[in-house]
Amino acid sequence: MARAVSTRSKVLNTVLAGTLGFLMFFPILWIAILAFKTEGDAIKAPLEILFDTGWTTESFGAVQARSDYFKHFSNSVIISLGSTFLGLLIAIPAAWAMAFVPAKHTKNVLMWMLSTKMLPPVGVLVPIYLLFRDFGLLDSRIGLVFVLMMINLPIIIWMLYTYFKEIPAEILEAARMDGASLRDEVLYVLTPMAIPGMASTILLNIILAWNEAFWTLNLTAANAAPLTAFIASYSSPEGLFYAKLSAASVMAIAPILIMGWFSQKQLVRGLTFGAVK
Amino acid sequence: MATKASRSSARLMISPAVVLLLGWMIVPLSMTVYFSFLRYNLLQPGTNPFIGWENYYWFVTDPSFRAAMINTLVLVGGVLAITTIGGILFALLLDRPMFGQGLIRIMVIAPFFVMPTVSGLVWKNMFMNPVNGIFGHLAQTLGMQPLDFFGQIPLASIIFIVSWQWLPFATLILLTALQSLDQEQLEAAEMDGANWLSRFWFIMLPHLARAITVVILIQTIFLLSIFAEILVTTNGGPGTATTNLTYLIYVSSLLQYDVGMGSAGGVIAIILANIVAVFLMRMIGKNLDA
Amino acid sequence: MGHIRLKNVKKSFGDVTVIPPLDLEIEDGEFVVFVGPSGCGKSTLLRLIAGLEDTTGGTIEIDGKDATALPPAKRGLAMVFQSYALYPHMSVRKNIAFPLRMAGLPREEQEKRIESAARSLNLTDYLDRRPGQLSGGQRQRVAIGRAIVREPAAFLFDEPLSNLDAALRVGMRLEISELHKRLATTMVYVTHDQVEAMTMADKIVVLQAGVIEQVGSPLDLYRHPRNLFVAGFIGSPRMNLIEGPEAARHNAHTIGVRPEHISVSQDSGAWKGTVGVSEHLGSDTFFHVTIDGFGEPLTVRAGGDVDLHYGDTIYLTPDPALIHKFDKQGLRIA
Repeated sequence: MARAVSTRSKVLNTVLAGTLGFLMFFPILWIAILAFKTEGDAIKAPLEILFDTGWTTESFGAVQARSDYFKHFSNSVIISLGSTFLGLLIAIPAAWAMAFVPAKHTKNVLMWMLSTKMLPPVGVLVPIYLLFRDFGLLDSRIGLVFVLMMINLPIIIWMLYTYFKEIPAEILEAARMDGASLRDEVLYVLTPMAIPGMASTILLNIILAWNEAFWTLNLTAANAAPLTAFIASYSSPEGLFYAKLSAASVMAIAPILIMGWFSQKQLVRGLTFGAVK
Repeated sequence: MATKASRSSARLMISPAVVLLLGWMIVPLSMTVYFSFLRYNLLQPGTNPFIGWENYYWFVTDPSFRAAMINTLVLVGGVLAITTIGGILFALLLDRPMFGQGLIRIMVIAPFFVMPTVSGLVWKNMFMNPVNGIFGHLAQTLGMQPLDFFGQIPLASIIFIVSWQWLPFATLILLTALQSLDQEQLEAAEMDGANWLSRFWFIMLPHLARAITVVILIQTIFLLSIFAEILVTTNGGPGTATTNLTYLIYVSSLLQYDVGMGSAGGVIAIILANIVAVFLMRMIGKNLDA
Repeated sequence: MGHIRLKNVKKSFGDVTVIPPLDLEIEDGEFVVFVGPSGCGKSTLLRLIAGLEDTTGGTIEIDGKDATALPPAKRGLAMVFQSYALYPHMSVRKNIAFPLRMAGLPREEQEKRIESAARSLNLTDYLDRRPGQLSGGQRQRVAIGRAIVREPAAFLFDEPLSNLDAALRVGMRLEISELHKRLATTMVYVTHDQVEAMTMADKIVVLQAGVIEQVGSPLDLYRHPRNLFVAGFIGSPRMNLIEGPEAARHNAHTIGVRPEHISVSQDSGAWKGTVGVSEHLGSDTFFHVTIDGFGEPLTVRAGGDVDLHYGDTIYLTPDPALIHKFDKQGLRIA
């Protein structure tokens, strides 16, 4: 609306949206606060916690001592990065071929690939579990890297395909007219233009792999458990542990919250398979 | 550029992806179907005889199956209702001019990026715990009896937690769709004398219809597979109050080690998901043609 | 250098024949314009010459050599695209340098050509900017610069001015014509705007549905259109075409007379009519006149000071020497 919007309505909207937004965000804010309290303080009444208790970082240390937090953190890192980059290796040529050498079957192949993502993981839980057991892949990071790569491959291919398609064909034709060979065209024109799209794809997939909570819970034990499984181990009651849970949670979700901030648009593109623009 | 040479090298470039995905689909899937027809329990080594539809029969006639199906439907339906309606309202709100929109948007979107195990535990302990949780404290200050969420309304509690996680997704999608609406259409309607409600009903909602359908279809596919939130909060209990189909199969396969039954359940889950997938693929296909 | 010959060139997409076999000769140093309505195949023809599309039949010769099977990079041609197709991640300098880099030219030679092109196109101040930071006209010049430095046998322009606003278009038209005079290189130019065609071309090729309707100099096409299509396409405002009894009186199925070849009077003349809408441009006035028995209103050009208004009676007299006659098939009668 290009009309002057009254400041009053703007303020009203801000208050309403701000309140609702704050309520949505509150749990995250709350654990960020509890992470810096002692266990004893963490179970007091909320207002008491806010105003009557002191701050401490003891919970962070306790988490690490209790269960080698950093090992699980590095497992998450390895699994997310590993599955994403392995996926890229396979997805880039595929997406390139489908975007630039379209054939009659391209659309069907693409749709088929997307459909594999709609398979409920529980439908193949048994065979994957048994196969992993028999090949010694249970509780291994490599096994998890492979599984997560497979479930995210359709999304990586899809996103790269859409980004490649957005490169105007005329620019590639201009490069051809300028005397560029196929190799020159890919190296000097295509790749630099595709880098933002690839970065977005990488970001989104790291997020999806980091938060994956089916295979990571069922295929790992002490060794390869990433943060999802690590946090799940807090579900057995251990007496007072709010502060530790908060500290562990904050450390587990912080990297992804930051990445998520940058990935909103990519989220829409990647997870709606282009059905929404 | 579509010379014959390019065509064959293109096929070569697609093949690793196709081969892997094909293998990923066919191998485990056929194994699941195969196992579903065997008596196969990991705790009872020995032969695994072919028993036809027996696994299916026992799986489906078990009372927990009926409970799981109902729970699945209630869970998915409940979350869909909350996130779709909430998403539309949030999208409409966020589309308006306001101060600090960027910050507010981040706050609204954040829950989607929290891993399911964290959100399950945080809500269960810090908020819903009747003694130490915030809701409990709130009830006490108001002089009411604190509600034991997971004791008294376990499924609703799970629906609440999952909705909190997925509301941002629906909001983001619907907001994107809303912002693609041509302002001039709304201005034309205004000049034609339509008030806000009419404009919403006759112009915005039809425009959003497509996005709403996509949100519902995609969320349904993912919501059928809710697992982590149930695992860390209730383990499917009390009884089977929060067991959905996915959790039931998990229990069968990995807790009771009944591979045969679990596989039969898995096949049923796949068929269910496929029904939804067919509709979603049709929508995607239409878009790819565009 | 820059002699292009098309022999029996045909183009089909699947079952659809977009360009039936045609022949065309482009002389060295000529400014040739392909003009015609949307979908007439002019861009396709240009892309066939460029090598961006393969011919379905026929041969393309460049300077006597058969270039039909050569890829675009090896034809020695440079193309300026409608959307400019600049490389967004490279500076202007790098954009212009790209073809030279691909050709493996030594650094100093590259610099020399870039500086010279930049100077002649007024781009020297912008060499380090990115395309995203330039205006439409500047981007256009960068695209031209990128083509110039290759010192090609011929330049190909694909509707280069369509994305510019009207005022800018007039200026760039002059610049391109100027460029042609200076470089004396063959230029093949595609446009749907017949004003551009008339003002810039040495030779115009009028196309419709893939078929060449007429080839000739601008004045040639203006004075002696071969058929109804060319007669109605060239010249602005459009030639008046009249059928029926009036045409029969001139022994033709259709007669045509241009708005500027009809004289206007308030008292007497060959045709009596009523003034409809009149467009006053200051320098000229265009009257749309309804005449009994003539199907469409006629457009007439008169001086800027003629004082006639809506509803007035008017008399029109066409210059008899400048009436074009066409037969039933739409072909010109000598």
